Amino acid sequence: MLNISIPNNKGSYKQPNIFGYYGNFGGAYIPEMLHRNVEELRNNYLKIMYDEAFQKEFQYLLHDYAGRPTPLFYAERLSNQFNTKIYLKREDLNHTGAHKINNAIGQVLLAQRLGKKRIIAETGAGQHGVATATVCALKGIECIVYMGVKDMERQQPNVARMKMLGAAVIPATSGSQTLKDATNEAIRDWINNPNDTHYVIGSVVGPHPYPDMVTRFQSIISEEIKIQLKEKIGTELPNYVMACVGGGSNAAGAFYHFLDDLSVQLIAVEAAGCGINSGMSAATTQLGKPGVLHGSKSLVMQTIDGQVTEPHSISAGLDYPGIGPLHAHLYESGRAKFLSATDDEALKASFNLAKMEGIIPALETAHALAALHQMKFTKDDVVVVCLSGRGDKDMATYMKTMDEL
Amino acid sequence: MNRLEELFTRKKNNILNVYCTAGFPQLNNTIEVMKALQDNGADIIELGMPYSDPLADGPVIQSSNIKALQNGMTMQLLFEQLRDFRKEIYVPVILMGNINPVLQFGFENFCKQAASLPIDGIILPDLPEYEFENEYGSVIKKYGLDFIFLITPETSEERIKKLDALSTGFLYAVSSSSTTGNKKDFNAVEKYLQKINSMQLKNPVLVGFGIKDKSSFQSVCKYANGAIIGTAYIKAIEYSNNIQADTKAFLDAILN
Ligand SMILES: Cc1ncc(COP(=O)(O)O)c(C=O)c1O
Repeated sequence: MLNISIPNNKGSYKQPNIFGYYGNFGGAYIPEMLHRNVEELRNNYLKIMYDEAFQKEFQYLLHDYAGRPTPLFYAERLSNQFNTKIYLKREDLNHTGAHKINNAIGQVLLAQRLGKKRIIAETGAGQHGVATATVCALKGIECIVYMGVKDMERQQPNVARMKMLGAAVIPATSGSQTLKDATNEAIRDWINNPNDTHYVIGSVVGPHPYPDMVTRFQSIISEEIKIQLKEKIGTELPNYVMACVGGGSNAAGAFYHFLDDLSVQLIAVEAAGCGINSGMSAATTQLGKPGVLHGSKSLVMQTIDGQVTEPHSISAGLDYPGIGPLHAHLYESGRAKFLSATDDEALKASFNLAKMEGIIPALETAHALAALHQMKFTKDDVVVVCLSGRGDKDMATYMKTMDEL
Repeated sequence: MNRLEELFTRKKNNILNVYCTAGFPQLNNTIEVMKALQDNGADIIELGMPYSDPLADGPVIQSSNIKALQNGMTMQLLFEQLRDFRKEIYVPVILMGNINPVLQFGFENFCKQAASLPIDGIILPDLPEYEFENEYGSVIKKYGLDFIFLITPETSEERIKKLDALSTGFLYAVSSSSTTGNKKDFNAVEKYLQKINSMQLKNPVLVGFGIKDKSSFQSVCKYANGAIIGTAYIKAIEYSNNIQADTKAFLDAILN
C-alpha cells in the first residue's frame, strides 16, 4: 500500500509537510474550539488508515458495497469525435452514483475507530451527502447533512434520498445558500459538538489533515486507472488525465498516482459559470487570490478587502469559491493545467455524452467533458477522463434545457 | 506600560470587555458605540472587523458582520474612522476578526496602522499558534501590539500553558465549546474556570461566550478577572435609535 514517509519541509505533490502545506498552500487555520478534534484527527489518521484491520474493512466495502473497481471504459464514438483515444473512468457506476462514496466509507470507518457517535457533513450537489448518509445507514450512525437552500431546490432527488436513508438535512440559509454556506454551518456544528462528532468533509478542502486524508481515500481512482491501462494498452501511463474541480476530490484521486509521472499531463477543469468575467463564475484559479477559507490557505475568490465572493455555477458541486490547497499548489507550480467550461458548454457536453456513449453524466463531470474541445490531441494520445458522477440528480435541469439544445 | 497592562495593574476583578462590530448598526456608529461603552463602564472594547464568513460566530454576530459589510465597512474605512479616536477613547481597544481580511490588507501594514492609532491588541481566532510562532508573532511584537489567544474547556493544560506563554495582554477563556451566543450549562463552566484559576497563569483571564447579564457576569468573575460580552450587546443595539441610552441601560443592568 502507500508508504508513510516523513515529508520534507515544503511538502511534495503527494504529501503535505507536517503542518499541512503543499508548497505555499494548506495549513490549519482553525479557531481554538476546533483544535482538539483536528489534532486528534491529525495524530491518528495515518495510523488508522494504514492499520491492517482498517484496510481490510475499507477494501471489502469498496469492493462488495461500493462496487469497485469501477470500469475504465474505452469510449469509441467519443474518441472518433475528438480523433484520439478517450477512456472514461466510470466513478458514476459506484454505489450512490459518484466518487464521493470512496471518501465517505473511509471517513466513517475512521470516525468509528475514533469513537465518534455522530456524523456531520456538508453537501453541494448532494452526492457527498447521499454517500455519507448511505454509509451512516450501513453502520447505524446518526447523520446530519448541511445543504444550502438553493442546492436543496436544484438537487431535490438527492435531498429525498438523504432523508430516506435516515439523515437529517439541515438547510443553510446564509450567504448564497450554496456549498460554502453549508460548509460554514457544518463547521459551526462541529464547534458546538466537540466530543462525539466527526465532520466528514466531502472534498480535498478544510484544515490539515483533511486535504491529505481525502486525497488518500480518493487515490483509489488513479491506482485502478494504472492497473486497468496496463491491462488494456500495455502501459500504465496515459498522456492526459482530465477531471472537473469543485473542491477537487475526484481530480485529486484521479491525479494522485500520476503526480510524479511528469509525462502525464494533468488537466483540471473549473466551472466558468456564465463566463470567467461575467461576475457569475466559480473559476477559482482564474478569479481567486491566495487567502484563507474553511481552515486552509489556498486560492479563494474574494473582494479586494478579503470578503469571500459568491460564486456561480449551474452545477452545485462546482459552485464553490475555493479549491483544495493541493490544487492551488498544482496550479502555482504548473504541474496541472487549469481550464474552465461555462454552464452552456457543460450542458452541451452532457447531451453529447448521452447521445454518443449512452452515459448521462453529472453536471459537474460534464465540465471535464466540455474541456475536451479546448484540447489539441493527436490520434494516438491516451486521454483518461474521470467520469466523477452520473446525471440522475440533474434530470430536472436537463429536462428544462432539452428543448433549447 | 500599555493600556491593557495599566488596566490590569489597577483593576483585578470584574473587568468588563464588550464586543461591538465596526460599522454596526450604522456605518458611522463605530466611534459613537465605543464612546457609549466607555462612558457607561466598559473597561475594554473589543472592536470586530466584519467578515463575510465568520466561522466561530452564532447567528447574531454573523448578521451584525453582514450588516456592517452591507453598510459599506472595509478595513481601509475602519482605519479612517479610527484616525482620531484616541481624542475620545482612552480605554484599551482590541481589534478582533478573521485572518483573511487582515492578510489581504497586508499583515504588516495592518499591524503598523493599528499601532499608529494606537490600538492595544489583536484577536484573530483563526490564526493558529504555529503560524503565529513561525511568521506573524514577530511582526505583531515589532509594532508593540498585544496578541490574545483563546482557550476552551477542550484545551489541554499543557496547551493552555503554551497559549498563555504566547499571549500578552490577557488570555481569552471561551466558556464552553460553542459558537458565540449559544446557551450552555454554567455549572460545567465553573469547574473549568476553577481549573484555569489554579494554574497560576502569567496573563489575566477574561471569560467570553454566553455571558449575557448580571448573573452570568458575576458568576464568571468569581473565578476570572472579568468577562467579555458580545452577542447580548449586539442584540441590545441592533435596532437602536439612541446608542448612548441603549448602551447605558444595557451596561447599568450588568454593573449596578
Ligand atoms: C459528480 C460530482 N463530481 C464532482 C464534484 C465536485 O467535487 P470534487 O471537486 O471534490 O470532486 C461533485 C460534488 O458534489 C460531484 O457530485
